[in-house]
Amino acid sequence: MANTILDAKIPGGPLVDKWDRHMMNNPLVAPGGNRRKLKIIVVGTGLAGGGAAATFGELGYNVLNFCIQDTPRRAHSVAAQGGINASKNYQNDSDSAYRLFYDTIKGGDYRSREANVYRLAQLSAGIIDQCVAMGVPFAREYGGTLANRSFGGVQVSRTFYARGQTGQQLLLGVYSALNRQIDAGTVKVFPRHEMLDIVVIDGRARGIIARELVTGKIVRFDADAVVLATGGYSSVFYLSTNAVNSNATAIWRAHRRGAFFSNPCYTQIHPTAIPQMGEYQSKLTLMSESLRNDGRVWVPAKAGDKRRPRDIPESERDYYLERRYPAFGNLVPRDIAARAAKVECDAGKGVNKTGFAVYLDFSEAIERLGRDVVADRYGNLFQMYEEITGDNPYETPMMIYPAPHYTMGGLWVDYNLQSTIEGLFVAGEANFSDHGANRLGASALMQGLADGYFVIPRVVASYLAGARLKSVTTDHESFKSTENDVREHIKRLLSIKGSRTVRDIHWELGRTMWDKVGMSRHADGLKEAIATIRNLREEFWQNLSLTGSDADLNKQLEQANRLGDFLELGELMARDALMREESCGGHFREEYRTADGEAKRDDENFKFVSAWEYTGENKEPVMHREELIFENVELKTRSYK
Amino acid sequence: MSNEKMTIHLKLWRQARGAAKGKFVKYTVENVLPEMSFLEMLDVLNEDLVKKGEEAVEFDNDCREGICGTCGMVISGVAHGVHAGTTTCEVRMRSFSDGETITVEPFRASAFPVIKDLVIDRTALDRIQHKGGYISVNVGSAPDGNALPVSKQAADSAMDAATCIGCGACVAACPNASASLFVSAKISQLASLPQGEPERRRRALRMVRQMDEEGFGSCSNHGECEAACPKEISIEFIARMRREFLIAAFRD
Repeated sequence: MANTILDAKIPGGPLVDKWDRHMMNNPLVAPGGNRRKLKIIVVGTGLAGGGAAATFGELGYNVLNFCIQDTPRRAHSVAAQGGINASKNYQNDSDSAYRLFYDTIKGGDYRSREANVYRLAQLSAGIIDQCVAMGVPFAREYGGTLANRSFGGVQVSRTFYARGQTGQQLLLGVYSALNRQIDAGTVKVFPRHEMLDIVVIDGRARGIIARELVTGKIVRFDADAVVLATGGYSSVFYLSTNAVNSNATAIWRAHRRGAFFSNPCYTQIHPTAIPQMGEYQSKLTLMSESLRNDGRVWVPAKAGDKRRPRDIPESERDYYLERRYPAFGNLVPRDIAARAAKVECDAGKGVNKTGFAVYLDFSEAIERLGRDVVADRYGNLFQMYEEITGDNPYETPMMIYPAPHYTMGGLWVDYNLQSTIEGLFVAGEANFSDHGANRLGASALMQGLADGYFVIPRVVASYLAGARLKSVTTDHESFKSTENDVREHIKRLLSIKGSRTVRDIHWELGRTMWDKVGMSRHADGLKEAIATIRNLREEFWQNLSLTGSDADLNKQLEQANRLGDFLELGELMARDALMREESCGGHFREEYRTADGEAKRDDENFKFVSAWEYTGENKEPVMHREELIFENVELKTRSYK
Repeated sequence: MSNEKMTIHLKLWRQARGAAKGKFVKYTVENVLPEMSFLEMLDVLNEDLVKKGEEAVEFDNDCREGICGTCGMVISGVAHGVHAGTTTCEVRMRSFSDGETITVEPFRASAFPVIKDLVIDRTALDRIQHKGGYISVNVGSAPDGNALPVSKQAADSAMDAATCIGCGACVAACPNASASLFVSAKISQLASLPQGEPERRRRALRMVRQMDEEGFGSCSNHGECEAACPKEISIEFIARMRREFLIAAFRD
């Protein structure tokens, strides 16, 4: 297939009116019987998926909502700590939807779509209203109004939060909305079900094949539209801040059926995670970005200084973020803070046994604010840190290091969040649409709920109203053949009977991804990564060791199934990174940097979204593109100095 | 951090899916590092088992940072282990000694049937939430977030209750297998906020009745739930739930 230019179907008119005009021009489904007859599958119960499922239920559709967890309340949105942005301007600091839009476009290093980002900013205020109304206990001031804090990459206070557990509280809000719909009979939730394929009939998504994780039974579900909200793919690195079951299988299987995959190389390496300590490790734990509001990042000024932090006098410390970026200091965006930490550690100034850590120091904040205030703001994070490391951050500086955290890339979607398969919609982290090459802090929760509560319910309704779908049942030939593919895939995995465990191979994939497709990339390394991953994939299919049966609860099998997909996705990430001969946001190519080491973007040649088409196992994928058109924002070199 | 490697002996509950009974099986895990998490120690065991061609031990886990509520085991007799305020995934091996024998069992309650090994079915907790663990407000109909002031005290109290992660340790720890702490946390969260007021009575009635229907025992003030709760949710919320329920039942 030839390389094509994709049409994002961005509505006409001025930026600020696009969404309203679009909604006005789109067809509707009348309430009542017409809606009840329409069946919608939503895969995922996080902020985007659970939010969409509950809202569809409120509107009167017939909703099936799937998750791999034992209950919808555990989707990985639960782990987000710091907060959610909204341009309420409650702090009277000149915030507005337009400023939030501008910050997000700039923060994304001018690699996102203006119209989508503006819509996100526009919808942000309504999210807060909705969450408050449903009982989310946001932090408040003594006067009873909502509290805000500031977050990296912006100069206003627009982040709403619930202690260090904002994601949990927003997710429990979504869960409560779902529970209300379950009580009302509009939504049926299928926990411990994993989507393993989508069913496409006449070019449209008409259902899914899922595995019941407890019994291993393969089940068919038909629908009029399918929404994927299955999160990101940071677990391709094995060690990341994601939950151990987070995976890319749903979006990758959809990709294999025809949904294009966009910007897979845009991954966010979060600057403040607890450093890796050993090979046994199963995950990395994030320390919220909000800590950088009061914590100061430093390393010893002299390479190889092994003194205890308290023994290093002020004059022999390098507060390198404050030195290099005086305007934003410790609050520079994530990509910049992460890369700066790598630069110091590569220069031999890293701390910890491994040399791969920097200090995040609260002593100045404790002196200025008192221990109680610091405890009130960060107490639970300090406690978590101490549980893991055995060190007390009130007394000795934290040690932190960057870790894979979020993926900006995902399935390509148009303005209506529809993928290149008609009737297949993608929401939240699973799509590519709003964060460009770098996501700002507290924006993931915002996007998840904007998509879930506001965008998906409206765009899917327009699709259903206009589509005139033929009715199908799960007896259709496509359901049979897709189910068969799924069964064969599982059978193949169990028949290998080799000698390397899932963890062993995943660990090796993760090392390659981190070393060559991680914080800093080079053409040579990327080519090596592609070759290594191809070999590892072959090794996986010839030498995997699996125990247990497919007709039983078998987490080894679940993980093997997901790893097979990561071994394909990892290669695509390296290809995308190799293709993109510029540095932008989270994608840093060593060959493309300025004299002072900052990222060097190439707007003339790379101001586009890549959209990869799957062409078959071990075949070269084909890249299509969407040109990014900036009508409202002037492209500038992103500077936080 | 220490480099001392420990040997850990496990008496671990194994139960085939669908089997009425399970049994303790003894395992020895070598090369355990003090900074490993408890689940990472079990990962080592599973790697060993798979390499020997034996079936891995099934245990539920996900975020591995104490917030999702997926994991939960009784570790040497205590739900989530002896250390206060932590989930199973936050337990570190430095709290055990070289050569120690650790008993590992699933959370036990008749309302939590064992699915396999250490994995249990906690959907009874969801069914209680279906009966009113929400405020009925459709997307689109909310007033401005600051339209209704909520005192910091009320917001903080709601947040204290809302930190429940739904792990079920309170049930496992309770001699009566009561879910009172879990249910009271949601009832109290929503009763603390003005937004929860209109449905307050109906919510208390329906949730408490569903808890009874699911076969959870009743609360007789042992306080074990509060001690086991990884989020240290206060037993005072149970007193609040009783008040809410009594007033609602009286007016019903």
